[in-house]
Amino acid sequence: MAAATERRDGIRILGVWLVLSAIFMPIVYFVWGPHLPPGGMSDQAAGQRFDNRVLGVVATPVVLLVCTFLVYALLFWRQTGEEIEDGPYITNKVKFSGWWVGLTTFTVLCLAVFGTYELENNNGAGTGSGPRPIFAASGPMLPVQVIAQQWRFTFRYPTYGGMETTSLMIPQNEEIQFNVTSLDVIHSFWAYQLGVKADANPGVNNIAFVKALHTGKFNILCAELCGLWHGAMTANGQVMSQASFDSWATQTEAQEAPVTKLLPKYSTVYSPDEAGAGGNYYGSQYPVNP
Amino acid sequence: MKMFEKPLTRGLAVLAVAGVLAGVCLWGIFGFLRSSVPTVDFSKTAGPVNLRVQTVAALGFGPHPTWVSYLVKDPAGAWVHSTIWQLPADRQINVTVEEYDSGGALRNNLWGGITGTLDSQAAINGQSTAVVDPSAGNGIAHTFNVPDLGLNVPLYGISSKAKNPCSAAPCSTSSDHNTITFSFHTPPGAGNYRWQCFIPCGLSYLYGNGGPMGAIGFMSGFLKVVPA
Amino acid sequence: MAVDMSNAVGLDVPAAEQVPGSPGELPPGRRRGFRLPSALGPGIPRALVFAALGYLFGHWIGNLIAAGYSQVTNSGSNNAAIILGYLFGTVGWIGGMGVLTYPLTKMTGREELLAPQRSVGPGRYFRYTLDHKVVGIQYMVGMIVYFLTAGLLALAIRTELLSPTNHVFGPGVYIEVVGEHGTMMMMMMTSVIVGPFGNFLVPLMIGARRMAFPRLEALSFWLTPAAYIILLSSLWLGGFPTGWTGYAPLSVQAGRGMDAYVAAFGVMAISIILAGFNIVVTVINLRAPGMTWGRLPVFVWGVMTTSFLMVLATPVLFGALYMLGLDRTIQTSFFTDTLGGSSYLWENLFWFFGHPEVYILALPGFAIVLEMLPVFCRKPIFAQKVAIAGMVGVSALSFFVWQHHLFDSGINPDMRPLFMLTTELISIPTGFIFLVGMGTLWKARIRLTVPMMFAMGFFFNFLLGGISGVFLSDVPADTTAHGTFFVMAHFHYTIMGGLIFAFFGGLYYWLPKMTGRSMNHRLGKWNFIAMFVFFNSTFLPLFAVGELGQPRRVFEYAKRLQTLNDWVSISAFLLGFAILLFVINLVWSMIIKPVRSPENPWHSRGLEWQTTSPPPPGNFDRIPIILAGPYEYGKPDALPMSDLVSRTSPVAAAAATDSERTI
Repeated sequence: MAAATERRDGIRILGVWLVLSAIFMPIVYFVWGPHLPPGGMSDQAAGQRFDNRVLGVVATPVVLLVCTFLVYALLFWRQTGEEIEDGPYITNKVKFSGWWVGLTTFTVLCLAVFGTYELENNNGAGTGSGPRPIFAASGPMLPVQVIAQQWRFTFRYPTYGGMETTSLMIPQNEEIQFNVTSLDVIHSFWAYQLGVKADANPGVNNIAFVKALHTGKFNILCAELCGLWHGAMTANGQVMSQASFDSWATQTEAQEAPVTKLLPKYSTVYSPDEAGAGGNYYGSQYPVNP
Repeated sequence: MKMFEKPLTRGLAVLAVAGVLAGVCLWGIFGFLRSSVPTVDFSKTAGPVNLRVQTVAALGFGPHPTWVSYLVKDPAGAWVHSTIWQLPADRQINVTVEEYDSGGALRNNLWGGITGTLDSQAAINGQSTAVVDPSAGNGIAHTFNVPDLGLNVPLYGISSKAKNPCSAAPCSTSSDHNTITFSFHTPPGAGNYRWQCFIPCGLSYLYGNGGPMGAIGFMSGFLKVVPA
Repeated sequence: MAVDMSNAVGLDVPAAEQVPGSPGELPPGRRRGFRLPSALGPGIPRALVFAALGYLFGHWIGNLIAAGYSQVTNSGSNNAAIILGYLFGTVGWIGGMGVLTYPLTKMTGREELLAPQRSVGPGRYFRYTLDHKVVGIQYMVGMIVYFLTAGLLALAIRTELLSPTNHVFGPGVYIEVVGEHGTMMMMMMTSVIVGPFGNFLVPLMIGARRMAFPRLEALSFWLTPAAYIILLSSLWLGGFPTGWTGYAPLSVQAGRGMDAYVAAFGVMAISIILAGFNIVVTVINLRAPGMTWGRLPVFVWGVMTTSFLMVLATPVLFGALYMLGLDRTIQTSFFTDTLGGSSYLWENLFWFFGHPEVYILALPGFAIVLEMLPVFCRKPIFAQKVAIAGMVGVSALSFFVWQHHLFDSGINPDMRPLFMLTTELISIPTGFIFLVGMGTLWKARIRLTVPMMFAMGFFFNFLLGGISGVFLSDVPADTTAHGTFFVMAHFHYTIMGGLIFAFFGGLYYWLPKMTGRSMNHRLGKWNFIAMFVFFNSTFLPLFAVGELGQPRRVFEYAKRLQTLNDWVSISAFLLGFAILLFVINLVWSMIIKPVRSPENPWHSRGLEWQTTSPPPPGNFDRIPIILAGPYEYGKPDALPMSDLVSRTSPVAAAAATDSERTI
């Protein structure tokens, strides 16, 4: 096995790895990247796709390094036969370990800074950011309330008389503020193509921002197990041009007026009466909001 | 333990144990996991399908006597405790609901509006209406809601002080009840359309949404639409 | 320098009276004390009778307390009766096994019977036996039963997902199956390494005759069958709709099956805490002379860090389950927002346990793989201190990352950059493991045995699992991936592809030690190849399925995803056959046609191989003195690890004591 030790294994592994990385990193970023989910329907979705591209490019050389090493080791350092031979006595190479620790730490810190910047840059990146988001959009916004209940989403438009609909229409090129809340258990409002995901918690107003760039349909799904019909808890959404949104909204507001009259006053959270509409689990003797 | 000294006997013993375990698995699958409510088939009839349904208070079904439920009258005219109804595609369905349960409030009053029926209306005891206010009168007992068909019909409840409430399911029309009629059109293609109720009628489950609300055969089910 | 305390733990038995090889045991003439009535049969039958009586008693008390609650009469389900039934049933079960005899006897001031029911026949595997090697084997069989049951449930899940709209099970049964699969797997994975290998190998590896608390050790095992039965009984009660995470308030709303989740997870939590506590104390106190921390095998380090996590994290789960039990039985409102509770509370408590739990599932895998690598590389482990630092670092950091499960929940949104940072920091110590693995492989003399194949498979799978975790730690990228099949694929890569591959590798590696019988290598190779191929074929597409918009735990999905889902389902069935190959190999090689294994089949330096296989009741003829570290391969003048073997022939001494034994 003397030849094996003379072979410059390190250089060869490094070479293969660099070549593979040089091939695959541009492929991941430029060829695969533009097709990565969740697409580019909104500012936030595009931002998430950018994150996926960047993380993909960072992950590629890591995966390639380990795979190259494992394959190389199995090809060149494998020993067969009955006789057992001991390898070289190497307990540590401090310089190498140090570089490894330093590089991984540096990469990880860069990723954390990058993620934080992207979170801030995209007004919370489409995530549910609580009742008082610090990464918030500024300027005029259309508030839309998302009400989750077992097992449907409904949508309320406080600026259009507080009307409530079963599908979600939003205008293009306008900052939207989703106020997500639940009437019962935890759900999660996921508008896939918009890149919005916000948990719906009872008694909590969870805010997410989005700005749709293109018109078109999008899917709404529940992303948190909420019971029997969780898998079927879907709704339809559509991004409309400003003009068609306005006409849709005014028309629907008029059409829905009889039902809107029945609805409670618009509020960021709702507490349906435990005794009246709550199945009496706690019974009427319990105070509401003690 | 002498009998287990030969590999063959050990092998046979292992096979026997494996056989018993496989039997237990199959029993578990078909005894518990695959047992389901029966499908009631309405797809064989010609012309519009007349669907007769009743909603009953907690009148006792199997292991859950305290759960409210839907029943349906099968084509042979017998009341069946099932919420999976097979309907023909692209056909008008005329639904008559006999509602025997007392009413209450909704968690989301949006479901007081009637949508998705042929004229966006339903007739309560013969009187056409488009909206039922859950906080007025007797309130709403149950709703019939098929999300993918946009169908929502609130079922007006009977008075909680009714003198002659139904006492055993299936109920007969001699008991106090409301009759709600509406029609809808099934979509042209085949598919399974889930439906549920939105009144928190799972009494003594948190938010009223457990128990019968979360169980197929009581307050949830499927419309199985098949090509006629 | 460690002190030999292995013969001095509160046992005032004169040395002359000790039964050889079984420290502290009284000779037959001096045994006296309380015995359980044997009229009800020994061991398991008696325990079943006691469990049934306990269940009925608990049920009766529950009815006495709560039958009049309006909640109970209206809903028709008395959760208090069910939970109390399960708890008293569990007490009856362990009481019937004989666990309570010793403490009750001591409490009444009577002489105890040391080492109860010590026997040498196969019957000892079915009793409350205090030998750590018996408990290890019991755990191994128990955990394999857990694994196979939950695996069958996984196949049921994939059967339902063959079609986007047509249903084999329907939505209700489907989520029951999902919840059963998840909970059973999670309960089992916490113990799958620490139970069988931790109990069996830790004393052998540190040169001790036994664990520090043999009674707690046996108890920790005998709780697991109770948890198994309770959890499965949930299906009979209508299952639970919450998945293994049990999110409140859905879990408060759920029907009677949820009580089984509360009781089973609670019983398992106690088992986990006891097992972890025992191992921590054992490793700290019972190391043989010369077994310094620096010479401690990496496997023992890994199991010990895991055990610290088990001891520190699991009580939080138990507390959360207690609150959930109260909410369900006596209508407290810990998790109901309108009555002063919060749905966030469960999420916080659960994941404060849940994330360390995830590393409870990762660390033992690291430990096994790093323990096997030097043996099959014939090289010392590379940078052992870095490996240990990696494991300690992962354990410490694991307590500071739990809110990454709640990135979209709206809780503490301002803290997300911090949790993003801590989560990503975990990849540094995880990277240490890869550094150590690759450093050990460097210019090694690799022998590609079946355990080594599983170790290589582990590295590949865990690499993909770890890298996908980076996407999840980045809040913007997580927005789409959160709560989807992407997450599901991620943790199956780390748990199934990581921990289970390590577990199988460990079985192939240590079964000769534990039983004296070898597994069939040819079948083992095919087992590995099939498992590796079909595992990746099952879970790799699921990353795409998730990113393309399929949330977890759905019984219906978009029609455009059917091809991918069908591919995954078919791969999953084939993966099932790969695991069947393992079961066939196990049954064939261990039971039907056992082949006597060489004393040290892998030519390891490890201390556990310096005694016979299987080891005698006292493990070693005498407490060894540790002379060198376990991984000094390739060092010409290396001393053997202990003075049990002569320097020239590491296995000679062990082989010499190997009198003819029948299998």
